[in-house]
Amino acid sequence: MLDQSPSNDVPVREPLLRAIGITKLFATFRANDAIDLDLYPEEIHALLGENGAGKSTFVKIVYGLIQPSGGELRWMGRRLDLAGPADARALGIGMVFQHFSLFENLTVAENVALGLAPTDSFAAITARLVEVSQLYGLLLDPKREIWRLSVGERQRVEIVRALMQNPKLLILDEPTAVLTPREANQLFVVLERLKNEGRAILYISHKLEEVKRLCDRATILRGGKKVATCNPRRETAASLARMMVGGEIGEVKAQSGRALSAPRLIVQGLTLEADDPHGARLDDVCVEVKGGEILGIAGVAGNGQDELFAALSGERRAQSPSAVVIDGQPAGHLSVTERRKRGAAFVPEERLGHGTAPRMKLSDNALLTGHAASGMVNHGFIDKGATLAVVDRTTTAFDVRKAKRDPEAASLSGGNLQKFIVGREILREPGVLVVSQPTWGVDAGAAATIRQALLDLAARGTAVLVISQDLDELAEIADRIAVIFHGRLSAPLMTIAASREKLGLLMGGSSVLQPEASHVAGA
Amino acid sequence: MWLVLERRAERSALMAIASPLIAIGLTLVTMTVLFALIGKNPFAALWVYFIDPLTDAYSLQEIAVKATPLVMIALGLSLCYLANVWNIGAEGQFLIGAVTGSWLAVKTNGTDPGQWVLPAMLVLGALGGALYALIPAVCKTKFGASEILTSLMLVYVADLFLDYLVRGPWRDPKGYNFPTTPDFDPVATVPILIEGSRLHAGALIALIVVVAAMLLLGRTIKGFEIKVVGSAPRAARFAGFNADQLVILTFLVSGALAGLAGIIEVAGPVGNLRPNISPGYGFTAIIVAFLGRLHPIGILLAGLFLALTFIGGEQAQISMRIPLDLTKVFQGILLFFVLASDSLVLYRIRLMRPHRKTAHATS
Repeated sequence: MLDQSPSNDVPVREPLLRAIGITKLFATFRANDAIDLDLYPEEIHALLGENGAGKSTFVKIVYGLIQPSGGELRWMGRRLDLAGPADARALGIGMVFQHFSLFENLTVAENVALGLAPTDSFAAITARLVEVSQLYGLLLDPKREIWRLSVGERQRVEIVRALMQNPKLLILDEPTAVLTPREANQLFVVLERLKNEGRAILYISHKLEEVKRLCDRATILRGGKKVATCNPRRETAASLARMMVGGEIGEVKAQSGRALSAPRLIVQGLTLEADDPHGARLDDVCVEVKGGEILGIAGVAGNGQDELFAALSGERRAQSPSAVVIDGQPAGHLSVTERRKRGAAFVPEERLGHGTAPRMKLSDNALLTGHAASGMVNHGFIDKGATLAVVDRTTTAFDVRKAKRDPEAASLSGGNLQKFIVGREILREPGVLVVSQPTWGVDAGAAATIRQALLDLAARGTAVLVISQDLDELAEIADRIAVIFHGRLSAPLMTIAASREKLGLLMGGSSVLQPEASHVAGA
Repeated sequence: MWLVLERRAERSALMAIASPLIAIGLTLVTMTVLFALIGKNPFAALWVYFIDPLTDAYSLQEIAVKATPLVMIALGLSLCYLANVWNIGAEGQFLIGAVTGSWLAVKTNGTDPGQWVLPAMLVLGALGGALYALIPAVCKTKFGASEILTSLMLVYVADLFLDYLVRGPWRDPKGYNFPTTPDFDPVATVPILIEGSRLHAGALIALIVVVAAMLLLGRTIKGFEIKVVGSAPRAARFAGFNADQLVILTFLVSGALAGLAGIIEVAGPVGNLRPNISPGYGFTAIIVAFLGRLHPIGILLAGLFLALTFIGGEQAQISMRIPLDLTKVFQGILLFFVLASDSLVLYRIRLMRPHRKTAHATS
C-alpha cells in the first residue's frame, strides 16, 4: 500500500519533493521521527493527523521555517537546504497558514505586495492580484483593509498571495476549518484546477470525508511518525480515523429525551447597523432558545455572525433592552459584565486576542470572563487562589494539556486552549451559553470533548446557541438550525428535517435554486 | 551569517530581568566610545559618572532626592503605558502641579496660617496635575486626538505659564527682580528627613507610591484591567472593560503623581517657585518607566540609576569639564537600547548559518 502510484494518470516518475527520514527534535521531544514522503506534480496529497501528530512541524520544515534535526529534503532530485521561507518561495513552494499572517491595518493589495519581491510596481501587483483572484474565482477587493474581512475572506487573501508567486507546490494548513461547505466547495474547485495545472498540493486536514473526496494520496502521521501512505478513496472515513488516532474515536452522544423548558434566551427584532461599511447589518433578527436546547446558526462567513455574537454578548449594545432577553430579563442595553451576572456566558470565535489575552497566564484569563460573577474578586482585590482553582478544575474536567500549571494562553495548542476557553465558561454553569465556531481548527479528540460538553450542558437545562460554519457539527449537536444570510436569520428548522440541500439553499440566500446548491447537497 | 528573531512560546522570565541590564551594558559601551571621541579618558569619566557618586554620603542622599520625582512620575506613566496610553506630557503635569500647589504657599506667605498648609498644597498639586492631564485624555476619548501630540504640546504651554507667573503676578517684590516667588514659609515646606541634608519626606511618599502601585497592578482588578486593555484590547472589551474610561483614569493618576512630584520638588529641595525647577524629570521618567520594565520595583531601581546619571553628570562637568548635555545623550541612548533589548523578552536571537546558498541553483 505504501508509496505506490496512486492512479493511472500519475505515472511513476521523479517526485517534485522527496522527504527522507525527516526528524525534528525539540529538546528530547521527537516532533517528527523519520518521516518519508514523496510529492508528485499534479497530485493533491493529504497530511492527516491529530493535533500534535507533527503535521505542522513537518510542513514548517518543508517551507523552511524550521530546520530538521535529521534527514533530508530533495527538490526535483537535488538536495535541498532551506535557510528560510524566502528560499522556499524562490523555489516555488507556497504556503497558506491556518493562522493568517496579515497586517490588519493594511489593505489586501498592500499585504500581498509586502510578501512579493519589490521589483514590481504597486499598481502592477494590484492588477495581477485582481487578475489572479478573478481567474480562480477568489473574489477580493484590493482596497479593503484586512481588519474588515471575515476569516474566510482573509484566507482568500493568503491563497491569492501564494498563487501570485506561481508555486509548484502549495501547502495548505487546515484550509476548510474556517470555511462553509459552499466556500469549501469553491476552494476544492480551485485546488482541482491548480492540480490540473501540474502543481502539487500538500493538504493538511482533519476532515476525513473531505480528504477522501479531494485527495489522491494521504500520508497519516501519529505521534511524530508516519503511519501509512494510502489512497484515501479506497479507505473509509472510519479506517482513516483509526490510522489517525490509533483506535476508535468515541462518538458524541446526546442524552436522549432532553426536557425543554421555557425560552432562556430570546432575541426579538434585533437590528444593528454594521460598525464598518463592509460589515453585515443585522436586520430584525428573532430567535428563541429554550432551556435544554442547542440551537445552531449556520451561514457563510461574513453574513452577520460577528455582529450577532457582539450583540448577544453585549460587546455592542442593542437599540432596545427587549431585543435581547436573558432568563426573562431584558438585557439588550446591558454590558458584557451585566449579562454575565445574569447567567450568560460567551465563547467567541477567535481564541487568541478575543477569547483570551494571549500573553497572559491562564489564571488571568480565567479572571477575564470570571471577574464579574465568580467570586474571584473581593472589594476590588483579586483572589489568586480562586483564579488558579478555575484553571485546575478546567484542566481536569476538560483534559487541557499544558507544560505547567499556569502557562501563558498563547503557549497552548489550539485544541487545548479552546478546551480551556469552553471549559472556563461551562464550569460557571451558565443559564445561557453563546458559542461561536466552537471547534474551529481543533483536532478530532478535542472537538469531540467540546461537543460532548455542550450537549451535557444543554442536558443540565442551559440554553445553548452555537454559531458555526461546520454543518457536520451542527447536524451532530443542534436540535434546531437557523441560517443567517445578509444579516437576516431564517426560521429555525428541526435538525432532523434540515437537509443539506435546504440549508445550502438558505445559506445561498433564498429559495431560488442556484446551480451550486446541488454541490452542497452532495457534500 | 545573519541574525534572526525567533518568537518564544512564553515570555522569558530571565530576560525580563536581564534585558535592562543588557541595555545598560550596551549604553556604557557606547558612552565609552563617545568619551573617547571628545578626547576624555573613558574609564575615568565612567568612574566619575557611576562610581564616585556612590562613595560619599552627600551624593547618595542627592541621588535619593533626584530619584524621588523620577520614581513618582514614572510610576504614573507606567500605568499609562501598560494600558497602551501614551502620556508624553508628564513634564507639563509636573510643572502645573508645582504651580497649583505653590498658589497656596504664595497666598499664605508670611501669614503663619498653620500646619494644614503643606498637606493642602500637596492635594492641590496632585489635583492640578490630574486636571492638566485630563485635557489630552478627553481630547483622545471625545475627538480621537493623538494623546502623544496633545500631551507633549501641553508641556510647553505649562512651561510658559509658569514663566509668566514668576515673572509677573507671583514675583517676589523683594527678590531683586529675579523671576521667583518669595521663599516658602516653613509650614509650606516639605520636612527634611536627615538634618543637614536635602533628603526630604517626599522620598517616603515615593516609596509609599511604589507599594501602592505594586498592590494595584499585582492584586487588584483595576490593575488587571489596565494590563488587559493594553495587551489585548479586544479581549478587554470582551471582558467588559471600558478602554475609554481607563484612558481617563490612567491620565488622571499619572497627572496627579506628576503634579504631586512637582509640588514636592518646589516645596522641598527648591524652596520656592521659579523657572527651571525641572531638569526634564517628566521626560527622563519615560526612560525610568521603560528601564524599570513598567514594574514598580524596577522603576524604583531605574529611578535611582537615572538619578545617578544626573549627579554623575554634574560631577563630571565639574571635575572633567564634560558637557552636561552628554547626560541627556546618555539618557537618550539608554532609552534606545532599553526598547531594543525589550524584544529579547518575547524573542530569542538565533544565528543562521550561511552555507545554504548553493541549493538555490535548482530554481
